[in-house]
Amino acid sequence: MRYLPKSPADRQEMLASIGAKSIEDLFSGIPERFRLREALSLPGPLSEAEIIRYFEDRAAENSRGYTSFLGAGVYRHLRSVVTDVILQRGEFLTSYTPYQAEISQGTLQAIFEFQTLMCQLTGQEVANASMYDGSTATTEAVLMAERVTGRRRVLIARTVHPEYRQVLRTFAKNSGLIVEELPFDPDGTLSASAMGAALRDDVCAVVVQSPNFFGCLEPVASLAAQVQPSGALLVVAVTEGVSLGVVRPPAEADIVALEGQSFGLPPSYGGPFVGVLASREKYVRQMPGRLAGQTTDSRGHRGFVLTLATREQHIRREKATSNICTNQALCALAATVHMCLLGKEGLRELAHQNLSKAQFALEELTKVPGVRRVFSAPFFNEFAIELPRSVKLVNAALLPEKIIGPLALGTDYPELTKRGLVCVTETTSRAEIERFAAALRRVLELPV
Amino acid sequence: MSDRIKKASRHVNQSEGLIFEKSSPGKRAFELPPLDVPPADAARALGAQHRSGGVENFPEVSEIEVLRHFTRLSTWNYAIDLGMYPLGSCTMKYNPRVNEFVARLDGIATEHPYQPQSLSQGCLKILRLLEKCLLEITGMDAITLQPAAGAHGELTGLLLIRAYLEKQGNPRKKVLVPDSAHGTNPATAVIAGYEVENIRSDSQGQIDIAALRDQVTPDVAALMLTNPSTLGIFEQHIPEIAETLHAKGGLLYMDGANMNALAGVARPGDFGVDVMHLNLHKTFSTPHGGGGPGAGPVATKRILEPFLPAPVLVESKDGTLALNHHRKESIGRVRAFTGNFGVLVRALAYTLAYGPGIRQATEDAVLNANYIRKHLEGVYDLPYSRPSMHEVVFSDARQKKNGVSTIDIAKRLIDYGFHPYTTAFPLIVPGAMMIEPTESESREECDLFIDAMRAIAEEAASNPELVKTAPHTTRVGRLDEVGAARKPVLRWKPATRTEAAD
Amino acid sequence: MAYPAQYRYTKEHEWVHAQGATATVGITDYAQHELGDVVFVELPKPGAKTEAGKSFGTVESVKAVSEIYAPASGEVLEANTVLADAPEKINQDPHGAAWLIKIRVANPAELNSLMDAAAYEAYIAGKAKDASA
Repeated sequence: MRYLPKSPADRQEMLASIGAKSIEDLFSGIPERFRLREALSLPGPLSEAEIIRYFEDRAAENSRGYTSFLGAGVYRHLRSVVTDVILQRGEFLTSYTPYQAEISQGTLQAIFEFQTLMCQLTGQEVANASMYDGSTATTEAVLMAERVTGRRRVLIARTVHPEYRQVLRTFAKNSGLIVEELPFDPDGTLSASAMGAALRDDVCAVVVQSPNFFGCLEPVASLAAQVQPSGALLVVAVTEGVSLGVVRPPAEADIVALEGQSFGLPPSYGGPFVGVLASREKYVRQMPGRLAGQTTDSRGHRGFVLTLATREQHIRREKATSNICTNQALCALAATVHMCLLGKEGLRELAHQNLSKAQFALEELTKVPGVRRVFSAPFFNEFAIELPRSVKLVNAALLPEKIIGPLALGTDYPELTKRGLVCVTETTSRAEIERFAAALRRVLELPV
Repeated sequence: MSDRIKKASRHVNQSEGLIFEKSSPGKRAFELPPLDVPPADAARALGAQHRSGGVENFPEVSEIEVLRHFTRLSTWNYAIDLGMYPLGSCTMKYNPRVNEFVARLDGIATEHPYQPQSLSQGCLKILRLLEKCLLEITGMDAITLQPAAGAHGELTGLLLIRAYLEKQGNPRKKVLVPDSAHGTNPATAVIAGYEVENIRSDSQGQIDIAALRDQVTPDVAALMLTNPSTLGIFEQHIPEIAETLHAKGGLLYMDGANMNALAGVARPGDFGVDVMHLNLHKTFSTPHGGGGPGAGPVATKRILEPFLPAPVLVESKDGTLALNHHRKESIGRVRAFTGNFGVLVRALAYTLAYGPGIRQATEDAVLNANYIRKHLEGVYDLPYSRPSMHEVVFSDARQKKNGVSTIDIAKRLIDYGFHPYTTAFPLIVPGAMMIEPTESESREECDLFIDAMRAIAEEAASNPELVKTAPHTTRVGRLDEVGAARKPVLRWKPATRTEAAD
Repeated sequence: MAYPAQYRYTKEHEWVHAQGATATVGITDYAQHELGDVVFVELPKPGAKTEAGKSFGTVESVKAVSEIYAPASGEVLEANTVLADAPEKINQDPHGAAWLIKIRVANPAELNSLMDAAAYEAYIAGKAKDASA
């Protein structure tokens, strides 16, 4: 087998030098009745070409050739080929967690740069080396707020991604956390008055997302001013980090839980992505996840190490800030490389292109009779539209046109039937936007 | 020393600062196609939310500077592509490159989790086939591919146990964790809402059965077991362990980190395990990438199937696959979207490469570990004499007499061109040296490792200072971890522009 | 380093210096030596209650965290804020400048059951013997 660097002679000689007659002897520690006598029933073995063929056949059964207007927490963005060139260097791809700092300086410095970029992006003072994704990062942010404040109630806006809220509920069930959802106003943002009414001195965190699930920007600064005097922390989730190229960062938040997928990671049917927690320095010891810190070596040279490890599971065990061990290091590297390639001007321009394309798309779509925007708050690259008929039926009619239409909101928001979420990024050409509008017009003209 | 060191030393003394230190206004690395729609008036559209100047202090560098920067950084890392990582329980095996290729295919990397299921049959087939393969390998009945890593899988598994017991009327209070367990086990149990009670190992390094019989009460929800244990030894009494738990209504959770000793040889489902997680970034070759991503699928017996995280993959009569969200008893989601799909693709590619021949990999892994054990047995203290499987644990007891510890030996191993083994774990072995070569090492590489370890043992006896001050050949010496923890500097700031290391 | 005669000592390596109704608490030289370089100390705020035998804070090195146990029940009057910026003082002067907290002792009689300096030194000598056995 091509992955096994031993010849039959090697095996024989090694067995002989151990004093074993056959490899079976080495499994004598397993009670005999558990040792399999037959080979497992598994497909393969496949050669390299057959493996490629298998996955190419699967690729052909997906959505190639379709234009998609889906966002909702996973975004199509241009990626530079340079990113993969770097990611595929064996020293990054096949290296281990940098516990042995002397031979992991590449990884550690890259993490330090990632942490810095995340602070710059979010306006926060400290950021960690990554969590699994935005949804678990948001939950970890709430648990962090619980540790910091000692309180057990969390208020979460319904405008936060439905799956993020589901993840929080799964964790909350076992931890004694009480989760309450807050309604939204007709403009598409969190109802500040409902929040104010629910804010008592037993609340550890208020969680919002900006841009929120509907694509609308939440007024983070004024929310912070309302939340923080009560002693609760403001947690802001960000699912579309590219927005921060042109939108004010949530600097007033106490904790930011960011999904970094937009920076250099393809949609990949839902993962792997990269979550980040960013917060104030004063909370760093309550922050879960790895942290790379700058230091010096015995010769006085600058170097980097994993630090503040006493927060983590391998030291604190049952008293750890989290059980997280493996994180998303290579994805964080992809995001780091991508952000360096974009740079200050590139990110600003990219964000502006997204904003422009979405504005244009909204104008074109609302020219179609019966189509109107649902909410009124400022938005970035996503917005909700109302259709005169079921979104699911409209989408079914758009499929033969090779268009994947808006995400139907009615499943997660029963009061929002006939409304769909449209996302437009720099990857969608003007021609495709116009084609979508024209197809939508045709579909809506058909008899019901 | 130089004639003993047969492997080339890697560490390039290239000076390379932080990317921010190369930045200057006006440089760009990535250009976008021109905007083909009317430009938005951002200030008008966003009002008070407008960030007009771009991200302050974001780097401004050119494409070649980015490429050189990260290429230079990469040369400071050790990697599997360069040589062996004998890290115990990490299973640092070869990361097959065809896995990288297929994960990047157009139509695989590009798919959105919310696209219509009729346009996702390719993705769903990949998930279904991987599920079937992992069930065959583990001997379990049901599986979820949602968890993002082993610890995430552990939590999912414990939540499944809790839901099952809750349905029986009492979720119970305690989870038993062996003193040899990985730190994620107790950390996870607490997050799942349980108290942790330690169960000690006996003189053979196995679970103390007598102690277990006392400690398993109707208050105990589960025992979290790693098998083979973190000592690399198969738990002889696992049938009794399972029976003891089941008799009192508790469940057996298996931490699957050491599946590299079992794949194709024995199945946890056959020896009494109720629920377990797998680490795809260990046994199933997906790359560690400097610390992740991984994936931690959780496989269960039928009794826990109703509680699996939603959605669950279902197959209709005509073979169409769909994700079923309507699962009343589900514990809910443990993360957004389907899972670390890109990692799952790589794991499936690995499994397809071996097919039923996966047993050979396991045999080679166990052969390598035993070969190393045999040739280091006289040189390092071996605290437990039971047969080793895919990993072996020595201790620094002999070398400690000269003041040389496991950490010193590990650092000296770097000078010999290897990554250190796992130091100071498991906790039940003072001065532990945990070695797992995996099946990816040739006889030559094993011999080089044995040679290096023997040489270091000699140095520990004749020249301990050399070992205690290692490594000597790396770009940076031992780093000041105390300073890093006392006054943490966790980001670059413009005001504190320091000189690049020379 | 000498163990001051006027202090009392616990099995968990804390010292306590009773001065009337108040007492000063710290960790011993043995404890700081076992820990290694101290990087962080977590102490309770004034007003917090201590319970004899229960943990009131932690001392951290790079690789380990140790709980600190209260030698007596009472109320925290003062915590040593110097340690926030200079935790290394615990390694340098554990019996003096690196005291941890000052408490108002609820029941001074509790302190009588603790070891005196001679008994503590014998106790740690015994531990050293066990370690090298």
